[in-house]
Amino acid sequence: MQPNLTHLRQLEAESIHIIREVAAAFERPVMLYSIGKDSSVLLHLARKAFYPAPPPFPLMHVDTTWKFREMIEFRDRVAAEYGFDLIVHINEEGVKQGIGPFTHGSSLHTDVMKTESLKQALNKYKFDAAFGGARRDEEKARAKERVFSFRTETHRWDPKNQRPELWDIYNARINKGESIRAFPISNWTELDIWQYIYLEQIPIVPLYYSAKRPVVERDGMLIMVDDDRMPLNPGETPEMKSVRFRTLGCYPLTGAVESEAATLPEIIQEMLLTRSSERQGRMIDHDQAGSMEKKKQEGYF
Amino acid sequence: MSHKSDLIAEDILGYLKAQEEKSLLRFITCGSVDDGKSTLIGRLLWDSKLIFEDQLAALESDSRKVGTQGGEIDFALLLDGLQAEREQGITIDVAYRFFSTDKRKFIVADTPGHEQYTRNMATGASTADVAVILIDARKGILTQTRRHSFITSLLGIKHVVLAVNKMDLIDYDQSKFDQIVAEYHEFASQLNYSSITAIPLSALRGDNMIAPSANTPWYSGPTLLAHLEDVQVEQDAIEKPFRLPVQWVNRPNLDFRGFSGTISSGRVKPGDEIVVTASGQTSKVKDIVTFDGNLEEAIAGQAITLTLEDEIDISRGDVLAEAKAKPDFADQFEARIIWMHEDHLLPGRPYLIKMGTQVANAQISDLKYKVNVNTLEHVAGKTLELNEVGIANISADKALAFDPYDENRHSGRFIIIDRYTNATVGAGMVNHSLRRATNIKWQEMDINKGARAYQKGQKSAILWFTGLSGAGKSTVANLVEKKLHAMGKHTYTLDGDNVRHGLNKDLGFTDADRVENIRRVGETAKLFVDAGVITLVSFISPFKSERQLARSLVEEGEFIEVFIDTPLEVCEQRDVKGLYKKARAGEIANFTGIDSPYERPENAEIVVSTADQSAEQAAEIIVAKLEEFGVLGAWFPEI
Repeated sequence: MQPNLTHLRQLEAESIHIIREVAAAFERPVMLYSIGKDSSVLLHLARKAFYPAPPPFPLMHVDTTWKFREMIEFRDRVAAEYGFDLIVHINEEGVKQGIGPFTHGSSLHTDVMKTESLKQALNKYKFDAAFGGARRDEEKARAKERVFSFRTETHRWDPKNQRPELWDIYNARINKGESIRAFPISNWTELDIWQYIYLEQIPIVPLYYSAKRPVVERDGMLIMVDDDRMPLNPGETPEMKSVRFRTLGCYPLTGAVESEAATLPEIIQEMLLTRSSERQGRMIDHDQAGSMEKKKQEGYF
Repeated sequence: MSHKSDLIAEDILGYLKAQEEKSLLRFITCGSVDDGKSTLIGRLLWDSKLIFEDQLAALESDSRKVGTQGGEIDFALLLDGLQAEREQGITIDVAYRFFSTDKRKFIVADTPGHEQYTRNMATGASTADVAVILIDARKGILTQTRRHSFITSLLGIKHVVLAVNKMDLIDYDQSKFDQIVAEYHEFASQLNYSSITAIPLSALRGDNMIAPSANTPWYSGPTLLAHLEDVQVEQDAIEKPFRLPVQWVNRPNLDFRGFSGTISSGRVKPGDEIVVTASGQTSKVKDIVTFDGNLEEAIAGQAITLTLEDEIDISRGDVLAEAKAKPDFADQFEARIIWMHEDHLLPGRPYLIKMGTQVANAQISDLKYKVNVNTLEHVAGKTLELNEVGIANISADKALAFDPYDENRHSGRFIIIDRYTNATVGAGMVNHSLRRATNIKWQEMDINKGARAYQKGQKSAILWFTGLSGAGKSTVANLVEKKLHAMGKHTYTLDGDNVRHGLNKDLGFTDADRVENIRRVGETAKLFVDAGVITLVSFISPFKSERQLARSLVEEGEFIEVFIDTPLEVCEQRDVKGLYKKARAGEIANFTGIDSPYERPENAEIVVSTADQSAEQAAEIIVAKLEEFGVLGAWFPEI
C-alpha cells in the first residue's frame, strides 16, 4: 500500500486548493504580503498553485512606514525576482498627521497605519478577496476563524455569524462591496511553517537569523534601533547584541530575543526548546484581554 | 514547546529528518463541557508540551478569575476563544487545535455538545477521520451520546473512540465500564462504524491519557494518545476510482493547457485514460505537472495540474474521472441533509448547491422524512429547521457528477447556499441518483410559444400582481384584463384565492406551503405563457425569493412584476374581507403585514398605488406600460 502523504505535503495541498478556489471564485483577489515568514510560505504556495503560470493576482503590502529597513529591501527583491505585481499602500493621511508609534503609542499607530490603511487599500482597489497568512494556532480568537472569512461592506468580522465550512467546499458568494479574507495556512502551526521553510528552502528576511544588532531594552523588550527616528530616553545607549526576531512588524513594536541561532535548524531547535509563544513579542496582544478579538472585529487582519 | 524528544537538543538535523515523515490525523471530540471535553483536549496539549509559558501565565491568572476548578489550573480555559464564550463558560463554535508527537501531527476539531449546535458538530466531523466521543462514567450513555454518534456516522466517520471519562469518580470500577461499553456496542450496531475503541479515562487526573494508569490494572488496551498515534484511517480515498474536480484551467501561453485541482480520490499516471464526466469526451493523461517537476504518479489529496493528449473542452466544474469507472451523472438525486440556518428549509425554494467545484441551481423537490437525531426515528415533515436532519430528493437545473457518499466520502458531498442572503444554510451527502431524471425528456414542439403568441398578435407574458391583502390587486387585475380583452388580446387570470379552492386546496399557510403554493402557480402560469397567453397572476406573494422563483421559471422579459404599493394603514382601514381585524385579534396567524413580513419589491417593472389613484387609473397606467414593453404589439418571432 502506498504511504499516505506526509503532514507537510497534506497541508501544502490543502493550502494550494484554497488558493486556487479563491482565484477561481473571485473577481479581484489580492495577496496581502507582510514580508514575514508566514507570508513567505504563502507566496511560495501561490507560486506552486499556478505553476507554470504566475499567480493571477497582485501582492499588496500595507506599509506603515515603520517596518524594518531589511524587510523593505527583501520585499522589493522578492517581488522583482518572482515577477509579482507589487502594490505598496501607505496611509498618506496618517503620514501627513505624523502618526507614529513613538509619538502616538502602539494602539493608535496600528489602528491608523495598519487597520485603517488596509481598509483604504481594499476600498481603493476594490479587492473582493484578500489572502492573509494568519494561522489558527497563533491566538485563541483565531482558532475559530473560517478559511473564507466573510467581511461586511465596512470590513467588519462578526464572530457570531460565520458561515459553516464543511469538507473542502467553500462558500464564495458575496454581494457587491462585501469581501472575504482567505487564510490558506489556517491549519499550519509555527513548527510546520519552519519545517516547511527548511524543507523547501524558502528565502526569509535575514532578521529571523541571529546577528549583532543595536538594541535598547525598554519595558522588558529588546527594541532594535533601526533608524534615527527612534528617540532615545535619557541613559539609553544602543548596545550591540546577538539577537534575532521571531516575528516581524514595525520595528519600534517588535521585541528581539537574544539568540545565537544563525541557521534554520538552529532557529527551529531554539523554538522547540523555548517556552514562550511567538506573539509575545508583539505589543498589541498585551493591551487587554480579548484584544485580538476586538481588533479583528474592527477589521485588523 | 512541542513534544519531548532528546533529538531536539542533541541532533536537530536528525530530528528534522524524522519530522518530515510524520503523518496527519484529524479527529473530532464530542461531548459537553460537563463531560470534561475541554479538560481532555487541554490535557493533550499540555502533556505534549504545546503550552508556552506566557500562555501558562495567562491560564493561571484566568483560572483564578473565571476558572471552575477552585483556583487550580482549568484546562478548559485554554480552549474557549471568544470573550463572550469565556464569560458564559461555554464553547459555542468549532475551534481547531493542533498538537503533535513524534509520530503524528493532530488537528482537533473541538465542537460543543449542546443540541442546538448540531451544525457545528457536523462541520467539525466533515473533515475528521476519527471521532472521540466523551462519556461521563457516572452517567453512562446519554441522549447526547447517541446524537453525537449519529452525526459523526452521518458524516462518514468510520472510527470512534469511546472515551469513558471521570473514571476516578466511580473508583475505576471495571464492571461499570464494561456495562457502558456493552450498551454502546448495542446502540452503535445501527451505525456505520468500522471500529470502536473504548478507553477508561480520567482527563483531569491523567489516567490512560498518555501513560497507562495504575488505577486500571484490568485495562490492557492502548492509552488515548497511543491509540490516536496508531489508528489506521482509511486508505480508502486512494483505493477508490480516480476523480479530479477541475478548479482552474491553467493557460500561461498557447502551448500549455493544464487542468488544476485536488485529486479527491484514486490515483493517476501519465497514459491513463480519463473521461470528462459531463461531455463524455475521453483522452489520455500526458503529464502531471507540479512546481517541483512532473510526477510519475499522483494520489488522492495531492493538488496537481494535468495536461492531456487531446485538445478537449474542459472548464472549472468539470470532473475528470477514470474512463472505466465513471461517477454518476444526474440532475436528480436523493440526499441526506443537515440544516444549518435559522431560516427553515423550504421545499420548492430555489437554492444553490456547491458540490466540489460544481455549482447548480437546485430545489429540494421532496422531503421524504426527518430523522430525530436523538432516537434515530423517522418523522414526517414538510420543512427542516436549524439542526434538523432529513432525507430528501433534490432536483438541480443541470446534471452533476458524484459518487454516493457512503461509497466515496470524497465525492457526493455538497453545501446548500441561499441565493439571496448567500448564507450557507445546509449541507448534504448524496445517497443515490434518481434515474427518472434521465428518462423524462422535455418534448420539443414544432408549434412553439412564439408561434402561438404571434397568432394572437401579442407577446405572451406574466403580469405578477403583488401587494398586501386589500391593496387592490384583484380589482386592478380584473380591470386590466377587461381592457386587454376589449383590445382583442388573449388573457387569463390566476387568482390567489381561486387557485386555493382547486389546484392548491391541499396547502395551508405555513412558510413551506406558501412556497409550494407559489411554485405551482408559477408553473401553471408558465404553461399559459407557453400557450401564448397574457397571464395575470394576483397573489400577495410576500417573499422576494418566491417572486424571484416565479420570475426564474420564464424567459427574461416575460415576467412583469406589478407592485400594488398601497400602504398597510390604507389596506387595514379598508379591510374588505374583515381579515385584518381577525389578525389583530390573534384569530389568524401568519397574516402578511401583521405578524408575517411583506418584503417590498425593489425592482418591480410597474408600481402603482390605489391609495392616491383610482383602480381605473392604475389599470390605465399598467396597460400603457404593457404597450411600452411591446407586449401588446404584433411580435415577429423566429418561428
